[in-house]
Amino acid sequence: MTAHGAEVGTAAGIDLDRRYALHPQVAMRPEPFGALLYHFGTRRLSFLKDPKLLAVVRALAEQPTARAACAAAGVGADELPRYRIALATLARTQMLREAP
Amino acid sequence: MTRLVEHFERGLDAPICLTWELTYACNLSCVHCLSSSGRRDPRELSTAEAMAVVDELERMQVFYVNIGGGEPTVRPDFWELVDYATAHRVGVKFSTNGIRISEDVAARLAASDYVDVQISLDGATAEVNDAVRGPGSYATARGAMDRLAAAGFRGFKVSVVCTRSNLDQLDEFKGLTDSYGAQLRLTRLRPAGRGADVWDELHPTPEQQRRLYDWLVEHGDRVLTGDSFFHLAGYGQALPGLNLCGAGRVVCLIDPVGDVYACPFAIHDAFRAGSVRDPGGFTAVWRSSTLFASLREPQSAGACASCGAYDACRGGCMAAKFFTGLPLAGPDPECVRGFGATALSSVDQSRTPRPDGDHSHRTAPAVRRPVPVTIGRRRPHRACDENPLAGAVPTATH
Repeated sequence: MTAHGAEVGTAAGIDLDRRYALHPQVAMRPEPFGALLYHFGTRRLSFLKDPKLLAVVRALAEQPTARAACAAAGVGADELPRYRIALATLARTQMLREAP
Repeated sequence: MTRLVEHFERGLDAPICLTWELTYACNLSCVHCLSSSGRRDPRELSTAEAMAVVDELERMQVFYVNIGGGEPTVRPDFWELVDYATAHRVGVKFSTNGIRISEDVAARLAASDYVDVQISLDGATAEVNDAVRGPGSYATARGAMDRLAAAGFRGFKVSVVCTRSNLDQLDEFKGLTDSYGAQLRLTRLRPAGRGADVWDELHPTPEQQRRLYDWLVEHGDRVLTGDSFFHLAGYGQALPGLNLCGAGRVVCLIDPVGDVYACPFAIHDAFRAGSVRDPGGFTAVWRSSTLFASLREPQSAGACASCGAYDACRGGCMAAKFFTGLPLAGPDPECVRGFGATALSSVDQSRTPRPDGDHSHRTAPAVRRPVPVTIGRRRPHRACDENPLAGAVPTATH
């Protein structure tokens, strides 16, 4: 199994002012710690390590931008850099992709 | 915030990774087979029962299953079950010796996003491989790889059980898999199934084990290990992966007759949690079995409590300890500090637990040397096994 956390790395790969959604080949399973994500194409498993990140990911499809999704999930301005990095990691590993 | 690994140690509502052995039937008789496969068990799950298990896995959101055996592709309904699973969003990775990977099958596999293939190979040369997996098995595996690559299947897996005889071939294995655009997967030899019979002669030497660790640190994420080698974390840096024993917490095994075990290396009554045929099915076994509940409790470090490496290696592999006769709360037989070797020297080898359910071919290929035989009676599993009719129904495979 390949596994990696979603909170390491840089913010490259995400533009908070664009709209994102889960990749259609990704399945998400909520867990007490957050969620498990699995990409059927890349066969990668990923962990969302906190419930607020799960709330952000869930809000992505309903909000016009990633920034709005973070706000809707209750991410404060001081926390935003951390969540931006987490989203960037998910985008780089194709768990998320830009939505029209 | 609770560390992620602590959530896993307490168990999840559904496994992350599930091994499902579809049949004990196999065309080969590998000397280290974890499930002592060979002959089909007449109690094997029917197609309808297997589909019902898939339905449960879909409801539990188990993303994918690792299908093995035996040789799963010899089941007549194998492709039907693969199609059923993927249609229900349960991805399939199956392990095979390659016997049924024809050009047509390879083309079909290459076209699916939801099926992954893992070819077993235990030597980078025919000589080393065939000594363990049987004559002709190297050619069969390479033929399957050739056909997968020719069909455009990128990133299939080549799975190697690391043994004393192949650990000096790691670079050759890597070169071979790279040449196919495939990915190398290395796993640990366990003393489970027939592996218990050959473990003494085939498990890596301490020097090989150290070189393996260094090689894994160097090659990191590009090589899969199925989290096999967390006992080597005692050398220092942890290897990629969860680095914990996932048995009954995040992984488990469903065997061909539907019995659920804590992990694929522990086919023994002591690690049997229930059956998918029980009321409540697999879900109830996973969520309510007393065995799994106990595995999700904090585990005792026992004799390892005072060892500085325990936080890294977590005492190693439960199954490896069990089948070598070591206490579960204590060192792994291949403990990198050498405590396992010391503990093993005081184990009475005639009293180590025997794996359950031998499905070996009754006429196995010739072995290279006499097999040591212990004359004696096995302890009955249940009192009723003393009944003279026990074993007459429904099968006499134990």
